[in-house]
Amino acid sequence: MSFANALRCRECKREYPLDPIYVCEFCFGPLEVVYDYEAMQKSVSRESIESGPASIWRYADLLPCDPDPVVDIQAGFTPLVKAERLGEELGLRQLYLKNDCVNPTWSFKDRVVTVAATKAREFGFDTLACASTGNLANSVSAHAAHAGLDAYVFIPSDLEQGKIVGSSVYDVTLIAVDGSYDDVNRLCSELVGKYPWAFVNVNMRPYYAEGSKTLAYEVAEQLGWRAPDHCIVPIASGSLYVKIWKGLQELAKLWLIDSVHTKMSGAQAAGCSPIITAWESGTLNIRPVRPNTIAKSLAIGNPADGYYTLGVMAESGGAGVAVSDEEIVEGIQLLARTEGIFAETAGGVVVSGLRRLIEAGRVGRDELVVAFITGAGLKTQEAVIDALEPPLHVQPTIASFESALGERGGVGSRAAGSAS
Amino acid sequence: MAEQRVKFTFPQQLITLPIIYELGKQFNIITNVRRADVTEDRGWVVLQLQGDLEEIERGLDWVAAKGVRVDPVQGDIVE
Repeated sequence: MSFANALRCRECKREYPLDPIYVCEFCFGPLEVVYDYEAMQKSVSRESIESGPASIWRYADLLPCDPDPVVDIQAGFTPLVKAERLGEELGLRQLYLKNDCVNPTWSFKDRVVTVAATKAREFGFDTLACASTGNLANSVSAHAAHAGLDAYVFIPSDLEQGKIVGSSVYDVTLIAVDGSYDDVNRLCSELVGKYPWAFVNVNMRPYYAEGSKTLAYEVAEQLGWRAPDHCIVPIASGSLYVKIWKGLQELAKLWLIDSVHTKMSGAQAAGCSPIITAWESGTLNIRPVRPNTIAKSLAIGNPADGYYTLGVMAESGGAGVAVSDEEIVEGIQLLARTEGIFAETAGGVVVSGLRRLIEAGRVGRDELVVAFITGAGLKTQEAVIDALEPPLHVQPTIASFESALGERGGVGSRAAGSAS
Repeated sequence: MAEQRVKFTFPQQLITLPIIYELGKQFNIITNVRRADVTEDRGWVVLQLQGDLEEIERGLDWVAAKGVRVDPVQGDIVE
């Protein structure tokens, strides 16, 4: 059962019933789900969680939905990989990767959308909607298909074909909006008030965002019920970052782990880094920016959770870092060649951001570090394609093969490299 | 009567101008400030606008043309 008992304004703390609303009627501040932790504590244990399904719904008691039935395409419980080779390259002894590339639509968005879709159906909505440039659109489309719900997905009209296929294959209504990114934002904000739809990240946002907490729950459980020393998280709106912190705090509140000492560090692309810019300037005021980066999944110029992200960064003793587009590509390639994980651009931001933080002494070499890899690289192939070596072209003869191989440095260059 | 909830972010050079006052005066819009944070070098204001939808849209276009950034109160929703 759910122990959620109210929505609370994060600014003025006024409380509201658990309805499909998202801003405080008094101060227009964002609303957040609050729970009865005392009752939750009596019901939840490590054993009860471990006996649950291998998806985020093993943590159903810590989420804001009644779990029967859930809209579930098996999001979550993704691998926590001990990254020996990447750790060695970066100089870390205990580096782990939370590999959310392997979710059903290949990104962490499945965690938030399964919660939003479940709550939407609980509220009686028959239609899901979102505005997206990629990962969210794919996830909303898949969940709507699975649940038999209608779906309207708004995309900028200049979106690449590959990203459109990942949604349209699920037979949803795609609406390509002419105009700027800001125009799409404004149109969808107006539609929320006009149509009786569950916009997953607008009127469902307080519930939707709670799905990200499951990343923290899983990491703690997979580490043997303990919090990591340091997390490094990609930052777009800041919601994922803030909810990972909330998830760790909740586990400690429920006595499922010891007190949380985790430093929360965050990474953005330099071409869209309003939160990191504020952090570096020592201010809590975010100046919105116009995104200009290959990391489209992080390109949120006016981040809704920016202020709260800065609060967690300061409270936890973490740090912020922004990396260039060139570093993003290098990060994607480094992760792929050392760990066999092909991440999208947000993964490149995390890996290169981590490297920078280590070099700056912000991440200790003996810390237990978890890097969050939130989406798969097949979605953003165009980001790396020009940086990759082309295949060797040979005639069907051994002589041609060996000649070409010789030009490329001979046999077994990886094994030779790691032995040296 | 339509309603919109928006956030204005002012660059430094516009902070001292009475833009919200002029918005209400030049257009038939009721402006109602709910939260704000303004210092000498930057400022933002969260406010409710009420009026005919077309008048609100004309008013917001005028505010944006002045150089003020206009966003929905919930921030960017294209994810």
